[in-house]
Amino acid sequence: MSLTAKDKKMVKAFWAKVAGKAEDIGCDALSRMLVVYPQTKTYFSHWKDLSPGSAPVRKHGGTIMGGISLAVASIDDISAGLLSLSELHAFQLRVDPANFKILSHNILVVLAVLFPKDFNPEAHVAMDKFLAAVGRALSEKYR
Amino acid sequence: MVQWTDFERATIQSVFEKMDYDDVGPAALSRCLVVYPWTQRYFGNFGNLYNAAAIQGNPMVAAHGKTVLHGLDRAVKNMDDIKATYAELSVLHSEKLHVDPDNFRLLADCLTIVVAARMGAAFTADVQGAFQKFLAVVVSSLGKQYH
Repeated sequence: MSLTAKDKKMVKAFWAKVAGKAEDIGCDALSRMLVVYPQTKTYFSHWKDLSPGSAPVRKHGGTIMGGISLAVASIDDISAGLLSLSELHAFQLRVDPANFKILSHNILVVLAVLFPKDFNPEAHVAMDKFLAAVGRALSEKYR
Repeated sequence: MVQWTDFERATIQSVFEKMDYDDVGPAALSRCLVVYPWTQRYFGNFGNLYNAAAIQGNPMVAAHGKTVLHGLDRAVKNMDDIKATYAELSVLHSEKLHVDPDNFRLLADCLTIVVAARMGAAFTADVQGAFQKFLAVVVSSLGKQYH
């Protein structure tokens, strides 16, 4: 299920529309993940405040969206573009890859909430495939 | 037995009371057929599913989307025993329709996205949690009688 030329075009076009709200998207997606999938909180035991929209959540949501933005820019070779992030996740963060799917789902929910007209089924399938590709790239060096 | 908080019960009743079934049902099923195209395997006799526009305009998809969404009514009315409520439907999906139960999860995800789009900011993290928990119980119950 690799990204077709049509998928890449759709992702770039859709990202151009939503990138202005990247920090909000990241903050909301992360907030939702921590509430709806409480097991994900285990990765953030070092944060003082895990409540939705808190300062560490907003900051980290922004960081994650920066990575997504990088992946969009590297869409023709996501693995190469995300190489250092991939190493970070493999050797330091060691986030169980199942969680990439969970966060991806929450990003899609936020896109639906914020962009109900633009996030149509074609945009949805392209973004779903894209986020899956990002997850794969991030877990590439795990073993 | 599944434990529901007062918030979860109230949320599920409220979300479904406010839902426009004629809009959400077709939107959820057509989205599922577009986003997860392998699900089209169950709809060989539905005619033109050639592309997203065809799927979204297909009247058989729309009708079936409404049917499936109304299928959730029973669970909404019997939250304390969804497993028993869906035992027969589970047998139907397994023995007669031969639907891979993973498809229930895929459709549930699409329904979540559609409801999120319709409700906007009202679809808070807590509402999302309750809605997804409800759908997870439905999905599990529909797969229970497979053997």
